Amino acid sequence: MRWIWIDKFTDFQSGRSATAIKNVSLAEEHLHDHFAAYPVMPASLIVEGMAQTAGILVGEARDFQEKVILAKVKRACFRREVRPGEQLRYEATIEQVTEEAAMTRGRVFVDGEPLGDIDIVFSHIDNNLSGLKFPEENFVFTDDFKSLLRSYNVRAARTGAEDGPAR
Amino acid sequence: MAMSREEVFEKVKDVLVDALGVDDEEVTENATLQEDLGAESIDFLDIVFRLEKTFGIKIPRGELFPEEILNNPEYVEAGKLTPKGLSALKEAMPHADFAEFENDPDIAKMPNLFTVKTIVKYLTTKLAA
Repeated sequence: MRWIWIDKFTDFQSGRSATAIKNVSLAEEHLHDHFAAYPVMPASLIVEGMAQTAGILVGEARDFQEKVILAKVKRACFRREVRPGEQLRYEATIEQVTEEAAMTRGRVFVDGEPLGDIDIVFSHIDNNLSGLKFPEENFVFTDDFKSLLRSYNVRAARTGAEDGPAR
Repeated sequence: MAMSREEVFEKVKDVLVDALGVDDEEVTENATLQEDLGAESIDFLDIVFRLEKTFGIKIPRGELFPEEILNNPEYVEAGKLTPKGLSALKEAMPHADFAEFENDPDIAKMPNLFTVKTIVKYLTTKLAA
């Protein structure tokens, strides 16, 4: 199973910004438990969607060589609930990438209307400050995952293809 | 950039309140970042990023929080800084107050050097340069 909470990228500017969308569907099982009589997209999964949009942007900025891990959610605020049938749009921008970490700012829209802000700090964990060692293999950006990203057109989007369908 | 010590402190306070989710009144001059304000390692990076942005300066890695001193085997022995290590740390952190730490340079106590005052002093010197 893949834990993926974005459906496709609609824009991808290498090292700068990325936009992804997510269609919220009642076919998603968890919505039936959250909540049975009143399904809403859990806010934690909206944060995850932004973490994936921004995390892939940060990973691609260093050619997927780093293991990019969410280290801290600096800010997450939402104006309202998100219901099945609505579409989320995640807009992530890189504020800063250094050897050991990256910071991103993000805005979320629902059906085109502003929904909230999510700012994140990512760690490049091989360069973490505590000197911990991690396996050599990149368990964040695996080969399978990179194939999926190719289908998202992330590479081709480096030249700035806009709003094209994922190939 | 001319900025009084008080102005620097107020801005540092805002940065720490935002970065660590602490209350205004918790951010006193002598508060330690780790123990008193609950900072974790990633927070130190976040704080450095925010300070750079707030003060419009560049803070080279290891200048404000020179933790890499601990990676030098010559500087650490049985969990304490050697005299050589202590003088290297003092040189790297002229902005810190070593009065208490140098009596017992236990590396577990090193985080106590990172206080709000340490940051304010570092910035005041840097901004005056």
